[in-house]
Amino acid sequence: MSETVAKINIACIVNGARQRVQAYPMARLLDILREEMHLTGTKEGCGEGECGACAVLLNGAIVNSCLVPAIEADGSEIRTIEGVASGDQLSAVQSAFLECGGAQCGICTPGMVIAAMALLARHPHPGDAEIREGLAGNLCRCTGYQKIFASVVRACKTSGEKLAGTR
Amino acid sequence: MEEKYFGHSVERKEGRGKVTGRAQYVDDLAFPDMIHGVTVRSSIARGRILGIRYGEGIPWNEFAIVTAKDIPGTNEISLILHDQPCLASEFINHPEEPVVLLAHPDKYLLEEARRAVHIDIEPLPAVFTIEDSLAKRTIIWGEDNVLKAYHVDKGDVDGAWATADVIVEGEYRTGAQEQLYIENQGMIAVANPADGVTVWGSLQCPYYVHKALVPIFGLPAEKIRVIQAETGGGFGGKEEYPSMIAAHAALLAWKSGKRVKIVYDRAEDMVATTKRHPSRTRHRTGVTRDGKLVAMDIDLVIDGGAYATLSAVVLSRATIHSAGPYVCPNVRIRSQAVATNAPPHGAFRGFGAPQSIFAVERHLDQVARAVNLAPEELRRRNFLHRDQTTATGQIIHEDVNFDGLLDRAFKESDYHAKRERFAKENPGATVKRGIGFSTFMHGAGFTGSGEVYLASVVELEATAEGCVRVLAASTEIGQGANTIFSQIAADALGISYDRIEVAQPDTGAVPNSGPTVASRTSMVVGNLVEKAALDLKKTLVESGLLCDACTEDEFVRACKRYIETRGPLRTRSQYEPPPGLHWDDTTYSGDAYGTYAWAVYVAEVAVDTLTYEARVTDFIAVQEIGKVIHPVLAAGQIEGGVAQAIGMALYENVAWREGRMANGQMTNYIMPTAADIPPIRVFFEEQPYPFGPHGAKGIGELPMDGPAPSILNAIENATGVCLREIPATPEVLMEAMAGKAGALV
Amino acid sequence: MRAYIPAYDLRVPGSLSEALALIGREPGVWQPFAGGTDLMVLLEAGKLPHKKFLSLTKLADFRGIECTADAVLLGALTTYTEIQAHPILQAEFPLLCTAARETGSIATQNRGTLGGNVVNASPAADSPPALLVYDADVELVSERGLRWLPYHGFHTGYKKMQIAPNELLRAIRLPRRAQQWKQYYRKVGTRKAQAISKVCFAGAARMENGTVRDIRVALGSVAPIVLRAVKTEAAIRGNRITPDNIAAAKGVLAREIAPIDDIRSTARYRLRVAQNLLQEFLMLLSR
Repeated sequence: MSETVAKINIACIVNGARQRVQAYPMARLLDILREEMHLTGTKEGCGEGECGACAVLLNGAIVNSCLVPAIEADGSEIRTIEGVASGDQLSAVQSAFLECGGAQCGICTPGMVIAAMALLARHPHPGDAEIREGLAGNLCRCTGYQKIFASVVRACKTSGEKLAGTR
Repeated sequence: MEEKYFGHSVERKEGRGKVTGRAQYVDDLAFPDMIHGVTVRSSIARGRILGIRYGEGIPWNEFAIVTAKDIPGTNEISLILHDQPCLASEFINHPEEPVVLLAHPDKYLLEEARRAVHIDIEPLPAVFTIEDSLAKRTIIWGEDNVLKAYHVDKGDVDGAWATADVIVEGEYRTGAQEQLYIENQGMIAVANPADGVTVWGSLQCPYYVHKALVPIFGLPAEKIRVIQAETGGGFGGKEEYPSMIAAHAALLAWKSGKRVKIVYDRAEDMVATTKRHPSRTRHRTGVTRDGKLVAMDIDLVIDGGAYATLSAVVLSRATIHSAGPYVCPNVRIRSQAVATNAPPHGAFRGFGAPQSIFAVERHLDQVARAVNLAPEELRRRNFLHRDQTTATGQIIHEDVNFDGLLDRAFKESDYHAKRERFAKENPGATVKRGIGFSTFMHGAGFTGSGEVYLASVVELEATAEGCVRVLAASTEIGQGANTIFSQIAADALGISYDRIEVAQPDTGAVPNSGPTVASRTSMVVGNLVEKAALDLKKTLVESGLLCDACTEDEFVRACKRYIETRGPLRTRSQYEPPPGLHWDDTTYSGDAYGTYAWAVYVAEVAVDTLTYEARVTDFIAVQEIGKVIHPVLAAGQIEGGVAQAIGMALYENVAWREGRMANGQMTNYIMPTAADIPPIRVFFEEQPYPFGPHGAKGIGELPMDGPAPSILNAIENATGVCLREIPATPEVLMEAMAGKAGALV
Repeated sequence: MRAYIPAYDLRVPGSLSEALALIGREPGVWQPFAGGTDLMVLLEAGKLPHKKFLSLTKLADFRGIECTADAVLLGALTTYTEIQAHPILQAEFPLLCTAARETGSIATQNRGTLGGNVVNASPAADSPPALLVYDADVELVSERGLRWLPYHGFHTGYKKMQIAPNELLRAIRLPRRAQQWKQYYRKVGTRKAQAISKVCFAGAARMENGTVRDIRVALGSVAPIVLRAVKTEAAIRGNRITPDNIAAAKGVLAREIAPIDDIRSTARYRLRVAQNLLQEFLMLLSR
């Protein structure tokens, strides 16, 4: 069996709350969120940064949490899908996905919502090309993307979305 | 009945859980005593197992280890035949065949252990292609490698050739396609002799899994319980395969006494689980000079992989759809599913029809050219109408207005003007544009007598609070089953949508409403929901607690009174075939389906002659699916299916190496992104079907059928290159264009 | 996750001297980790044999884009997102911006770094062809000091490069002389986004009265390394763009590259498309 290294302390702020966990330095942020912090809204689709189901905001920027080693999340601020709604009040993006049929099986939805938020933070009124580019890192097998595009357009129109903290 | 919800886009039942991340998929479920399981698989395609070695340096005593000899009952995955083992014990028949199962609390150590198991296999000659299987030099299944064969005979094909002015032949091929649901397969199991077996998982068909677990454990049916977790897409990929992974998780749980979770990673899911059957179809078509079809001779072969699994029924749907929605007096179809040493191919949206429709719709464009007719004109002269018969001799008893669908599709796509404009602009252009279409049908529900055999049941149960729960084994897999059942029940009961709950599919609690496949959930099961709901209301009315035109408050009070005074309020409905349907399995003739959806799809493409990349730039989908239950969900079904079919047509190539998928990663198996899918414009013509709920027919598989032939017809329009295989990757297109333009420099 | 994670070490030194001391003490033991968008994929697949890594993330000297009168200096940790957003890069080095924009997804562009892309040494990388066209230099740093190398020649074979085990790539320098050059970049990767390139072509040329005065051509995914096609350049330099000259250049290119068949494409496709892209580039020059 291979030699092993010691676990290290990781401290970060997740959805506004301080979190401290012990983890192997190369453990994936995805696993820490899901298994140590029980934030299972962030999904694993491929484990290779291709599908975007594990997308979170790391210090305001969208990243695939399967490609972030634990040690590089130390000291960071993270926002996951669980931190998007305020209590029972859905965000504008979430409401739009619900109204426009942007979620079917729902497995890509958390990552897609995070990607849409990151997109709207960069382009508050994105055109078709910007929407497509902004969501191209998130694969959806159910919708053919049309209703997701419509959701993003709807979200811009209804936007009371607080975009602070994203870029 | 008032249609307060039917036809309206109400909020998806489980939508809030999905957009907030609270929905619980199998990998999100955790239990304190749970350990993890993995599967050790064969490295080669075919051989004899000589032994299993457990390598140094792993604390094997901490592991639960299961091989075939640990199976308490029969070592088989029970489906149609009994040829597929749950764990290979003596022979290996495909790469990635499961042989050993391991479980341990530490996921990381489990991977280290998986690598340390070595399965020694003496190789045997293997078969990897349809041609090699048909050649029968090496027999790998049964006596002749043939998993199933059908013959369809209508009229006298041999006698009809003489009446044809032109005979057109062609061979068409389709490749394997990965379902690529974004949620990988997974199951959690508890199993012990006292309590029996319970599994939770990502699946489409709880009672398929139930049926498979019974013989493996040799337990009575009531000791097996299958519960569906939220399921992140299926598309057929979670129709039959979940039985395998459920059995594996349950065997590890049985051995370890612990709750065991097996969740595949993407690589394992792609290389080990099912894919769409590759196909080869040969057409020989006789046509008169004025474009009337006089004979269709079709030879269809699909590659079933190493075991029979569902190939017989996939082949059946492929066969029945292979002659298209046309009237031809003389049709002969010879179809076979043959074995190869690849992992079994399985259910995937469309279930054989996309393969055979690709062939016939590409072929008809060639037939049209041969008789100097526009492709739409040839089709108009042969469209199936009311009172005419299909290839299986089914008389169509509904109005079929293909001319109207075609007119609408051409108008919405501006087909004729574009065809003209592209012809003018293409010469000399680097990027050539083209437009093409296909006309097709898709049978809704199980084939032939399938629905009668299934005899599906739905129950409804009212609570004392005046809520009504739908009890069905039909699963929500993204398509909107929960929402549609609730709409139908609410309207039938005259109460609000929010009062309807759909029970979690659990074989311990819901009746068998059949598998969630075959575009049957809305039409067949939805109809049962409506019947049970009407019956529930009738029960209240007949008990004198409710008048027919009641308010919601009155309904709630009546439920309360009924349950207080008479006990549980529960109704049950069971499938009855529409009158007059007749199917003959021996001659493969008769009413193949209760009804069909009819459609015309138009694709516009741009082909870059420098990179040989074809992109779909616009897409129009016009279809008649009976009444639309939920416009947003219905359009979502079409758009999603079209996108999958665009993937099938242009991008999604399985790179086979000796029966094994070599590109089993999302990086190298290319599905379309948001940047690749064109605008998809969806139009419904609504003609009520008398035997569906409020006139609805099936929809789910239809959109998989039309895009590939439309796109390749459009590529031919753009480039003049006649492609006969999909995926039409740039590499394929380059070779075809080079063939046309002369050798490569 | 196929890897045995407890066996992997990842250190995050807080300063350059600490980092250099570590790799100076144990050269070859610690491999740099600069974003991880490739390494983490290999890790997931259980295909990362090396076990000890050194994260450069806290090294301030490796970050930032500096512009002087005659050069732009990009820290090795410059992300693809930062490249795209930089106004001088947008104006003068559009090929690099396009390459950054076409690499992976936005999530990847936020993590992936230019230095990581260079040292990862994938022959299919998207930005190296642009760097070759722009005559980039790379700065290597070790405890012994700094040295500059031309990027052309840095890669010597498949995954082989001129960097010592005790050195780190700190920065990439681009001379600011490309403004008057006509520039062309095209990545071919089956789908429009999130693709690994099957052929990637970058070209730039300085024209004078219809004659090609100077030219750079570089390609990815057609050889064991990202290749600067110097023989093809020589065949074009000093000539006018005529059908004969284009055909001749395509012939030279065919002999200069060495594409292969793999799970993503075929050698024949790569060859043909590389030639077609050269033709498209040369046609652009003639306009």
